[in-house]
Amino acid sequence: MANSKTVVFKIKRQPTPDAKPHWEEFELPWHSGMNVISSLMEIAANPVTRDGKATTPITYDSNCLEEVCGSCAMLINGRARMACSALVDKLEQPIRLEPFSKFPVVRDLAVDRSVLFEDLKAVKAWVPIDGSYDLGPGPRISMQEQEAAYPLSRCISCCCCMEVCPQFNQDTGFVGAAAISQVRLFNNHPTGAALKRERLAALMEEGGIQECGYAQNCVEICPKDIPLTRSIAEVGGQVMKQAIGDLFRK
Amino acid sequence: MATSPRVIVVGGGLAGLAAVIKIAEKGGNVDLFSVVPVKRSHSVCAQGGINAAKNLKGEGDTTWQHFDDTVYGGDFLANQPPIKDMCEAAPGIIDLLDRMGVPFNRTPEGLLDFRRFGGTLYHRTAFAGATTGQQLLYALDEQVRRYESEGKVKKYEHWEFLSAVLDSNKVCRGICAMDLRSMEVRTFPADAVIMATGGIGAIFGRSTNSVVCTGSAQSALYQQGCYYANGEFIQVHPTCIPGEDKLRLMSESARGEGGRVWVPKTPGDKRDAKSIPTSERWYFLEEWYPKYGNLVPRDVATRAIHKVVYEHNLGIDGKPMVYLDVTHIDRKTLDRKLEGILEIYEKFVGDDPRDTPMKIFPGMHYTMGGLWVDFTQATNIPGIYAAGECEYQYHGANRLGANSLVSCIFGGFVAGPTAVNYARNLKAAPGNGYFDAERKRQEENNATLMKSDGTENPFRLWRELGDLMTKNCTVIRYNKNLQETDAELCKLLERFQHINLSDRSQWANTSVVFARQLYNMLQLARVITQGAKMRDESRGAHYKPEFPERDDKNWLKTTKATFAPDADEPKFEFEPVDISLIPPRPRRYDAVK
Repeated sequence: MANSKTVVFKIKRQPTPDAKPHWEEFELPWHSGMNVISSLMEIAANPVTRDGKATTPITYDSNCLEEVCGSCAMLINGRARMACSALVDKLEQPIRLEPFSKFPVVRDLAVDRSVLFEDLKAVKAWVPIDGSYDLGPGPRISMQEQEAAYPLSRCISCCCCMEVCPQFNQDTGFVGAAAISQVRLFNNHPTGAALKRERLAALMEEGGIQECGYAQNCVEICPKDIPLTRSIAEVGGQVMKQAIGDLFRK
Repeated sequence: MATSPRVIVVGGGLAGLAAVIKIAEKGGNVDLFSVVPVKRSHSVCAQGGINAAKNLKGEGDTTWQHFDDTVYGGDFLANQPPIKDMCEAAPGIIDLLDRMGVPFNRTPEGLLDFRRFGGTLYHRTAFAGATTGQQLLYALDEQVRRYESEGKVKKYEHWEFLSAVLDSNKVCRGICAMDLRSMEVRTFPADAVIMATGGIGAIFGRSTNSVVCTGSAQSALYQQGCYYANGEFIQVHPTCIPGEDKLRLMSESARGEGGRVWVPKTPGDKRDAKSIPTSERWYFLEEWYPKYGNLVPRDVATRAIHKVVYEHNLGIDGKPMVYLDVTHIDRKTLDRKLEGILEIYEKFVGDDPRDTPMKIFPGMHYTMGGLWVDFTQATNIPGIYAAGECEYQYHGANRLGANSLVSCIFGGFVAGPTAVNYARNLKAAPGNGYFDAERKRQEENNATLMKSDGTENPFRLWRELGDLMTKNCTVIRYNKNLQETDAELCKLLERFQHINLSDRSQWANTSVVFARQLYNMLQLARVITQGAKMRDESRGAHYKPEFPERDDKNWLKTTKATFAPDADEPKFEFEPVDISLIPPRPRRYDAVK
């Protein structure tokens, strides 16, 4: 017997960055194991709307499809999350897909998130090694230190934490939780600590850590369960300490 | 020529970024092209670890042993000197990554921890949880970002490589690329070009590879005159989670940490896995390969699973699946060492593998073949180099687990400095009209696709391609099927001439980009299929029941395909393998080697 169960999608379309967005509906045959990306692939193979109108395949970002590259972030039923791990059977229908609201739309569900990569430059999110030639092993690191660093280093730069942050907007220019958490990661590394002062100074500027309003949305939404609020608290403490020290040095 | 050479690197995974770092360090300027922001490259998917004979477990491991395991694991098809160099460089590469801040797992003393992986009896694999590739890529990405902020690297992200720009002497003078947003086609001059464009999984439809791993760039270069070597060697990973959109990898590290593969001894056993007593489970890998057990190389494990499922009819519930079981390992160890992959299973399947044995099946994973390069990573076209999965050099007929990350970084570290030296000695080009000519050629390609008003949907053609290749060009190969596959590929190429793009806009048009990739996939699929057809033996991942033995007398040689533009198909020639260091011996994992 043919299975007649279907899945309905409402997708926000926007052909160019300046165009007015509109909605399109799609109805796909249900099968087990569907996720949002596999559904978008199906639409590409048969780009016809629910009312039978030919349309274009949906433009969206995706790559690894195992929630480790950070590409496919979007709003799914209003919630910021990765599309690859959004299993259709666990979503209420119709499934609404929208691009992130706080980043410039490129087309349809694809947005420009390059701001985070610029922020990572501004906070010098790297370990300043002398060179790539063979200089022997790195510093000894205890199991406890590794276990504290590793979760921070799993940030996939998806920008979900920025999308849901009430302070992340044009007015504040707030850098957001992801970059602050990277500052914590590199400040706590024995060699990375060499740039601690510069990193904290960057976070004292406009849009820096002082803009955080402690809404805690970031930590709730993070698909990788990164302890973002703890990072903000810890880096906030470091910033405070440096600011007071600077006051006395003047 | 130039005092500050300009090198283009195409691809920002581990190999590309490794090359970028060396070039910047040597005073070169880099233009780095990538279809995705480089931090989102496919290297992030590598899970289990990176091999280096650091011998930190008192086992007497040596770089020679690593070299021998790699050559033996690759069934003696790889040229040996570059593998020896790689294995000798590996411990230094681990140290460098350690200094860059990779959060490798540690021993209680604060030293690097190592685990076991397939095809070796030593603890040789350093790891950062079960997301080692991600952690390594991030470390290199951070160093490249540092050079970017110093102005030594310029990134072109969301750009697709279309072709090399060759002068009248067939010397590479730059590349032609397309902005994936504005759709602008542009040429970029360079003194040398390094290709680091990764795998070709998309040719097989669903694989463990990321969406961008189409092999399109390698295929474009093959069509421009680069040799493509050993294309028929395709690795099928024994343990993947079957999925609608992709086959998700379940890392070999699950077995490295003690995971066991089994099936119920009774066909169609309906009981819940955990209620099946040990005496009624068949741990077939442990029985067949007592010494290596669950850690035989991937080609061996994959064929064993196929045999159990298709010949013994013992797939779980009659379906093509077997159990990969880690439930006997304590939760704390699992979380500390394997969390990343267990989380993937949990998220995408819905069961917690700490409590329930995982259901897995083999899936296309890696290409041992790729662009032909010499020992300096140079292709046969002057000025074009290649590193990482897109080239063929380090893995012979089968790659050992955790050797890919080290070969990517090592290959990039060789290619970077060689390209800079080449660039420093490069003579001026004869004229420059070929830049415009190449741009026009590519613009015309796009225009033709946009105008094409047939009936074929490229995404549907792609599904047919994937099904065809998975069925006939993976685990078990028959000459008759390979012959038919090539004929089908010709038909798909013909049907490609009648495609219809449902999107004709000039902004972020993914259909036109995909159509271009599809054409290149089809051309490369023929190289894989015909190479497999010709090689009448079984070696590593290439297995023909009609020719079940390795045949060193006739086939200890590298397959080299070149594109014959007039015939529109591959031509083949063969090259002897450099076996100067380790004489070939039979590869037997059921006995001590």
